[in-house]
Amino acid sequence: MIEAVGLTKRYGAKTAVDDLSFQVRPGAVTGFLGPNGSGKSTTMRMILGLDRPTAGHVTIGGHPYRSLPNAPRQVGALLDAKGVHGGRTARNHLLSLAQLAGIPAARVDEVLGVVGLQDVAKRRSSGFSLGMGQRLGIAAALLGDPQVLLFDEPVNGLDPEGIHWVRNLMKSLAAEGRTVFVSSHLMSEMALTADHLIVIGRGRLLSDMSVTDFISANSADFARVRVPEDGPEDRQKLTATLIEAGGQVLSEPGGALRVTGLPLPRISDLAHGCDVRLWELSPHQASLEEAYMRLTQGLVDYRSTDDAKAGLVEPPPLDAYGHPVGGRAEVPAEPVEVPQEGWYAPPPPGPRPAPAPPAPSPAAEPSPAAEPSSAAPAGEQTSKDLR
Amino acid sequence: MTSPATPQDRRQAPQAGLLSFYESPIPIRPATLGDAIASEWTKLRSVRATVWTLGVMVALMLTLGVGTALLLAANDTNLAGEPSLAMGFFGVLLGSICVITLGVLTIGSEYSTGMIRTTLTACPSRVRVLAAKAIVFFSLTFVITTVTATVVAVLQTLILDSPVAPSGGEWARATVGVGLYLAGLGLLSLGVGAIVRHSAGAITIMIGVVLLPLVLALFMFAEDLRGLQRFLIEYSIPNQLSALYGTTMTNSGPSAWEPLLVMLGLVAVALGGAVALLNRRDV
Repeated sequence: MIEAVGLTKRYGAKTAVDDLSFQVRPGAVTGFLGPNGSGKSTTMRMILGLDRPTAGHVTIGGHPYRSLPNAPRQVGALLDAKGVHGGRTARNHLLSLAQLAGIPAARVDEVLGVVGLQDVAKRRSSGFSLGMGQRLGIAAALLGDPQVLLFDEPVNGLDPEGIHWVRNLMKSLAAEGRTVFVSSHLMSEMALTADHLIVIGRGRLLSDMSVTDFISANSADFARVRVPEDGPEDRQKLTATLIEAGGQVLSEPGGALRVTGLPLPRISDLAHGCDVRLWELSPHQASLEEAYMRLTQGLVDYRSTDDAKAGLVEPPPLDAYGHPVGGRAEVPAEPVEVPQEGWYAPPPPGPRPAPAPPAPSPAAEPSPAAEPSSAAPAGEQTSKDLR
Repeated sequence: MTSPATPQDRRQAPQAGLLSFYESPIPIRPATLGDAIASEWTKLRSVRATVWTLGVMVALMLTLGVGTALLLAANDTNLAGEPSLAMGFFGVLLGSICVITLGVLTIGSEYSTGMIRTTLTACPSRVRVLAAKAIVFFSLTFVITTVTATVVAVLQTLILDSPVAPSGGEWARATVGVGLYLAGLGLLSLGVGAIVRHSAGAITIMIGVVLLPLVLALFMFAEDLRGLQRFLIEYSIPNQLSALYGTTMTNSGPSAWEPLLVMLGLVAVALGGAVALLNRRDV
């Protein structure tokens, strides 16, 4: 059991961790999520007594780490930074740690086998790949057969087989009744591994709930509705009808509508009732990745800007929603509202590729290339059902 | 996905302790300073820096010590009352740089590789880690320096065939005394390395500590600075080291075993400061 109460860490004017309180329970994998620089590693270091909190405290089993009896037998940790002297062989590295903690030397060969490094045990760790280094770190964490395990970004640099192994390892460790606390910035990874999620952004607690609750709270089902591109008035008419019928309508970049609160047949009926043709009516589930990004949006410290190549090409004049500025008269009633800045995949999913619509004006149709490029990798995840 | 509640509910009842949801089958015994010493010995012997620095030191002491004696013997120089063991001094002075380097690297490499985080996670007691490092490093350096210094001293007396045989005290100072002094200098470097946390910086500081007092004293021509100049010369590390061999640049200043006391004081201050800082600082 790890318990943090009002944990705060300031480096000069910068607050890395801000009044963070949470509990990590045994018998479950607890995911610790946050964008880069959100304070995950700092929190981990404070749990391990490496950094002193500016305010608040964190205990493991009721003791601060530094006054824990037999600390390495209670807690094992893989830290973000490697923490290995490259000139030492893998076996000697683990042997020195085992001796330091009073663990029998035979345990070293055991954990080397567990992480699959027995063949390179006699090699200097400076020659290890990122994935091998990660395995060595996991071996060090497992050395004391501890009740509490902390892993900071354990799947970094691992191959798919390794990722799969880590996933199962964590689950089996938790199933043995241990406390497993795993930090990551990959929601998709956590969705497959964790039972419980603690999400932080800029050092503040954003969410602390089980994965199941997180999904139901954050990823609502929705329908994507697309009307023919040549009829903007159809779009407005349909939007008005859907809102009247009690649905929530958001406009997606690319002209589709995102409808929540109405079942698909009802949407179809309503469209038929107001005499609007539909080009697409498809069910979707917002992924955990989306839910996570919605949660942490605005708290991301490092964000890429669009590679607009502004000085090289003449971009079509677009407003924030991907529509040409002044190209179409927007009715105020239409809730043109983009919930995210552009992590939607530009082309709609589905078996039928969208036919190239006749453009109303040369500049009217935003090409996929004009979508914010920063969102491209995340956007690919959007339509996948992660769960 | 498993429900987070099930395993802990099942296990909650039988165990009493707060952490006892999982019990390791490996017997738990409290780690001691002895364990930390074993660990530090594994660390020290498993890196190349140890072999290199100590190897170079031994080579320097042997070649310079024996070489000087051979040169003097070949030229048939009259030693004019100089203690015959003193010829080992030059090798030891150069060898001290190797000891400084190894002393700094013992802790500095942990900081530069990030190993210190792993170490302090495995052993949260900063004092124990530093004490184990100091003990292991001191013992190793002391043994190697003393043995080499003894070999050099024996060879020198054989080569030079001095009319006045060195006394027992002179023998002890030129062997054990030099070993203790050099190992102490290494401990001072270890303390400085722990304070500075940067290998190159700490090595530079330590070489400055060894050389700078003499260099500064050389340029103190003013009459008012005579006292300071004398102090700098007498308490400079090369002069104290040669005092162990019975030859000094001045007639006052530390003599016989006194340099060891001075070094002991410096080591105590440096290691005390290092412990205080390690306890207080973030890693």
